[in-house]
Amino acid sequence: MITDVTVSETERWTAALGGAALAMYGLSQRSFLGSILAAGGGALVLGAVISPTARGTKTSLGGTRGVLVDESVAIARHHDELYRFWRELDNLPRFMQHLVSVTTLDARRSHWVAVAPAGRTVEWDAEIIADEPNELIGWRTLDAADVVSAGSVHFKPTGKEEETVVHVRLQYEPPAGKLGAAIARMFGDAPSQSIHEDLRRFKALMEAGEIPTTVGQPRGRQSILNYD
Amino acid sequence: MKALVWHAKNDVRIETVPDPRILNPRDAIIRITSSAICGSDLHLLNGFIPTMQTGDVLGHEFMGEVVEVGAGNAKLKVGDRVVVPFTIACGHCFFCKSALWSLCDNSNPNAWMAEKLYGYATSGLFGYSHLTGGYAGGQAQYARVPFADVGPLKIPDEIPDEKVLFLSDILPTGYMAAENCDIKRGDVIAIWGCGPVGQMAIKSAWLLGAERVIAIDCVPERLEMASHSGLAETINYDREDVFDRLKSMTGGRGPDACIDAVGLESHGATFDAYLDEVKTSTFLATDRPSALRQAIHACRKGGIVSIPGVYGGFLDKIPFGAAFQKGLTFKMGQTHVMRYMQPLLDRIRDGELDPSFVITHRVPLDDAPQAYQMFRAREQGCIKVVLKPHDETARQVRH
Repeated sequence: MITDVTVSETERWTAALGGAALAMYGLSQRSFLGSILAAGGGALVLGAVISPTARGTKTSLGGTRGVLVDESVAIARHHDELYRFWRELDNLPRFMQHLVSVTTLDARRSHWVAVAPAGRTVEWDAEIIADEPNELIGWRTLDAADVVSAGSVHFKPTGKEEETVVHVRLQYEPPAGKLGAAIARMFGDAPSQSIHEDLRRFKALMEAGEIPTTVGQPRGRQSILNYD
Repeated sequence: MKALVWHAKNDVRIETVPDPRILNPRDAIIRITSSAICGSDLHLLNGFIPTMQTGDVLGHEFMGEVVEVGAGNAKLKVGDRVVVPFTIACGHCFFCKSALWSLCDNSNPNAWMAEKLYGYATSGLFGYSHLTGGYAGGQAQYARVPFADVGPLKIPDEIPDEKVLFLSDILPTGYMAAENCDIKRGDVIAIWGCGPVGQMAIKSAWLLGAERVIAIDCVPERLEMASHSGLAETINYDREDVFDRLKSMTGGRGPDACIDAVGLESHGATFDAYLDEVKTSTFLATDRPSALRQAIHACRKGGIVSIPGVYGGFLDKIPFGAAFQKGLTFKMGQTHVMRYMQPLLDRIRDGELDPSFVITHRVPLDDAPQAYQMFRAREQGCIKVVLKPHDETARQVRH
């Protein structure tokens, strides 16, 4: 796994925040970041996001601007199949935990709904800005979106029979500048971890046909000390 | 339904919990007819395995009848009689396709947790902490079996539960331990630990062509079983120096392969402590590997150390210099149970093997908490306990 998250201004922002706001943001950060994953980018330089090196993306955005996430996973499926599944955008909520829905508007444009902090939902329109069948999909949010981001997913055969590395690259500027990622970082490895988990779910769905779960299984009496 | 529930260290109870239901398309629900307590369950009772939670249902050696099948499961049907392997595997990932079933990529819902500790996540396991998925186990009246079109093995009606129950874990585990010894003509195999896995390893070493099998323990009835039922030579480590004895028994060369069927006797390690260790890279010892140290020390030059015993953390003072200088090979890991179930069932059906000889106690599920205590204290010569979860079978064993 490759991870590259750039965060600054942390001290300035965290000093300004009360404990309650921190806690609320922390509890909801996974949802927020999940919505980011699916978003496309408005003002960002798109060619860079689609370029093969993460460094290129960062440089073209003027160094430390925004948050850059870079995650990959090996999946024992043919790259054609993986591309086709992903390209049907309404499939994405099946493995991206924080997406509620994706509706295709036309050949390029789509409408996205995701769970956001504090229990609200965010919606935006995005467009496909690169589409190389069986290899690459690139996207960005349209200008009016309040989440500014761009991203790409590459599907590359590994050389092993029926195996593909799926590589997601994503750059975004959260509504509160770098605050979202800064706070998220305090609570764990997000946003990389959030995207890592979504890719893990994609892999399970494509390989095993279902995503493993224990939610709803029998349990005895529990303690409030349990960590989840 | 009734189930054995973990509450805290030294605190397991029978409770009424909700019945399991189908959660994923490939699931099945099993009505359990027999379930065993494993030596590794004692590590849970003793609080040595991190990421246990109050309310967890234990048990990973069970069999029974299929009572419900998910819509995506084409292999099982209601009424099938099956043994369930303790490892959970999807059947389609790189590792499953390589028959490395216990390393499945897709069966552990808490993969992130295992990645923090081990770098990569291994398969889900029944009833064995949240690190391996937090799946409810089979010391219960019913269990939900995920990916039930991969693991469970159908059993012909004429073979009784007790002959096939241990296909779920200890028989394949002992067999894989012996197979990992790459046994050749004339080989001497030394086995540390004469618990149920050690007993299975002894039988398996003979099946795979060992010339001599030497069993090492300190519990008289276990050595007696190894000798009487397993036909092994024995060493009581309380009375004899194991290294000297092995050397003299092998003309000074040492055993060709050594099996550590003991595993961790860990100091207490909490979930937080584990994660802290990973995060801070502070490598403190967590497991007590004295059998492993002896096995490495005693193994002949160029030999194999095979480790079915479970380890979970950081081991201290492993004689790695001896291992390197002698050019040893190490083979280890959770058992790839699915690889061995059918061939071992064939051997059982053909009368070559009958693993039921390790059973010393049969009790109703209601008595499981007391059975745990008895097993841990090795009272009443306890080596292996089989639980009967339903009244019609429990009645036969109730006293």
